[in-house]
Amino acid sequence: MKRQLLALLLIVSPGLTLAAGAGVHLDHANIDRTNLESMQRGAKTFVNYCLSCHSAQFQRYNRLARDLEIPEQAVIDNLMFTGDQIGGHMDVALTKADAKRFFGAAPPDLTLVARVRGVDWLYTYMRTFYLDPMRPFGVNNRVFPNVGMPHVLWELQGWQAPVYHTEADANGKDHQVLTDLELVTQGSQTPAEYDRTVRDLVNFLSYMGEPVKLERQRLGIKVLLYLLVFFILAYLLKKEYWKDVH
Amino acid sequence: MGMLSSTRDWIDARFPMTKMFEEHLSKYYAPKNFNFWYFFGSLALLVLVIQIVSGIFLTMNYKPDAAHAFASVEYIMRDVEWGWLIRYIHSTGASAFFLVVYLHMFRAMLYGSYKGPRELIWIFGMLIYLMLMAEAFFGYLLPWGQMSYWGAQVIISLFGAIPVVGDELALWIRGDFVISDATLNRFFALHVIAVPLVLVALVVMHILALHEVGSNNPDGVDIKKNKDENGIPKDAIPFHPYYTVKDIVGVVVFLMFFSIVVFFIPEGGGYFLEKPNFEPADPLKTPNHIAPVWYFTPFYAMLRAVTIDIGPLTAKFLGVVVMGAAVVILFFLPWLDRSPVKSIRYRGPIYKIMLALFVVAFVVLGWLGTQATTDAKTLMAQIGTAVYFAFFLLMPFYTRIDRTLTVPDRVTG
Repeated sequence: MKRQLLALLLIVSPGLTLAAGAGVHLDHANIDRTNLESMQRGAKTFVNYCLSCHSAQFQRYNRLARDLEIPEQAVIDNLMFTGDQIGGHMDVALTKADAKRFFGAAPPDLTLVARVRGVDWLYTYMRTFYLDPMRPFGVNNRVFPNVGMPHVLWELQGWQAPVYHTEADANGKDHQVLTDLELVTQGSQTPAEYDRTVRDLVNFLSYMGEPVKLERQRLGIKVLLYLLVFFILAYLLKKEYWKDVH
Repeated sequence: MGMLSSTRDWIDARFPMTKMFEEHLSKYYAPKNFNFWYFFGSLALLVLVIQIVSGIFLTMNYKPDAAHAFASVEYIMRDVEWGWLIRYIHSTGASAFFLVVYLHMFRAMLYGSYKGPRELIWIFGMLIYLMLMAEAFFGYLLPWGQMSYWGAQVIISLFGAIPVVGDELALWIRGDFVISDATLNRFFALHVIAVPLVLVALVVMHILALHEVGSNNPDGVDIKKNKDENGIPKDAIPFHPYYTVKDIVGVVVFLMFFSIVVFFIPEGGGYFLEKPNFEPADPLKTPNHIAPVWYFTPFYAMLRAVTIDIGPLTAKFLGVVVMGAAVVILFFLPWLDRSPVKSIRYRGPIYKIMLALFVVAFVVLGWLGTQATTDAKTLMAQIGTAVYFAFFLLMPFYTRIDRTLTVPDRVTG
């Protein structure tokens, strides 16, 4: 029965995917860019699970070490593969042509993905893979329907199955609407732990998107304070000059 | 005689340094009643300088090459010392330039500053605005992101809508059958040297013309009619030091707002730096929704508002005509306005209502230009376009019949 429902779903899927892509609810990522430990854990997850296919071609290892306050030797030992240089970028060995052959689409570079998609999108995306036997890797995604990517974090999260609800549309026709996902196979992490893993990963992606963000904000406060003092002096100067203009 | 003054005299005998300083600053007499709206002229000049200086530093590390452009921008953001700051200043400056110029133009509309004898100042100003649009358009391609690429694609394809020569013209502009390295190279040349040169020359002419006839004021009173025994208008004060010290206050307040954007919201909620532009240009992948940057959206909305073909003329071509006309019609403002008074303070209710409608239409069109079209939104854009053009085309009639108040002899402060 479930099979038939899925098949039915696929027939109407062009319309459905559009609807899901535009209107799906995004969970709040709630990341904290001042939390170094979170970004360090995120970096580890990124290197272990993402970096085999996705590059971060604008991110240098030594910049990561400096910004996330990880000793360079620890980065070399734990986060780098042989052949990489500490001052080099986080590239992958997988070529674009091979990647396209394996996945149907080349995995995008992730340096700036947080600025393209937004952190809430990423946080939701990484948590909404669900079983779908019609897809090449057996999974589909709620915010990115028919995505080519497999669920690389399945060991941690486990597997989720879709829950459908039948709704009548304006013409009185019944449609299957994906309303929820339920965990059917337990992963090595509890749902709460997995959420934290994804939050840390997204935090790291946000860092890579704009490593300078915190420095920018700190400098901004100083600049504004300076301008405030300047404003008071400029205003008093103007008042002094203008006191005899009537 | 001191070292300093003898140097000055030495120069003055060879170059009109003091003469120019006096003519344009210390003995340029400006009305004493300038208000808030009069900050935006000097601020526009400030933003021009900011853009030129930050632009020079960007070109030191930017590579106008389709294979390297996107990466070179990220190189500036990550590896160049203070590169992120220079880049955000430049990207914020682009939006700030339009904001300041729009407010500056609105000031002219409030107080009739374009009316005789200041028609040429207005014309030069409009040419500056036109050049600014070209500058912004060329510059927007340079980061070579998805929105850079597809935005340029959409705009250049508009030229393709022109009957007979359209396709050839679009090809000539691109220098290729699609937007490519050739396009990027020429846009870079136009953005960093050709247009800025013209822009600076026009700014000089704009200011020279202004200083020739003198500044208007919020009362629209001709201050030259009331002069003292020295031939100085009684309602005037020397630009320097009075307006230089006043403008410094304006500059500091402006820089505060500017800094808030640069340091805290450089993406401007996706309006100053659009999200898809953090993805490298991909000629094979069209973004779902292509929207120009906010300062072009009112005109883009007018372009899309035209949905009917007339005979052999396609809706797209007619849209281009409407969009072009929306800009061109601004040039004729000095001759469309037949009111005997300049300032809104002494104009009647019809002009006030029309100006308010015009502002609402412009802002609503600006918002619509960022949105994907729906039937309701297209209808709104059509109404907005009608209001926009009605403001100008009906102006010769309503400004003539409108009630006016008596303009005082002297400025009211």
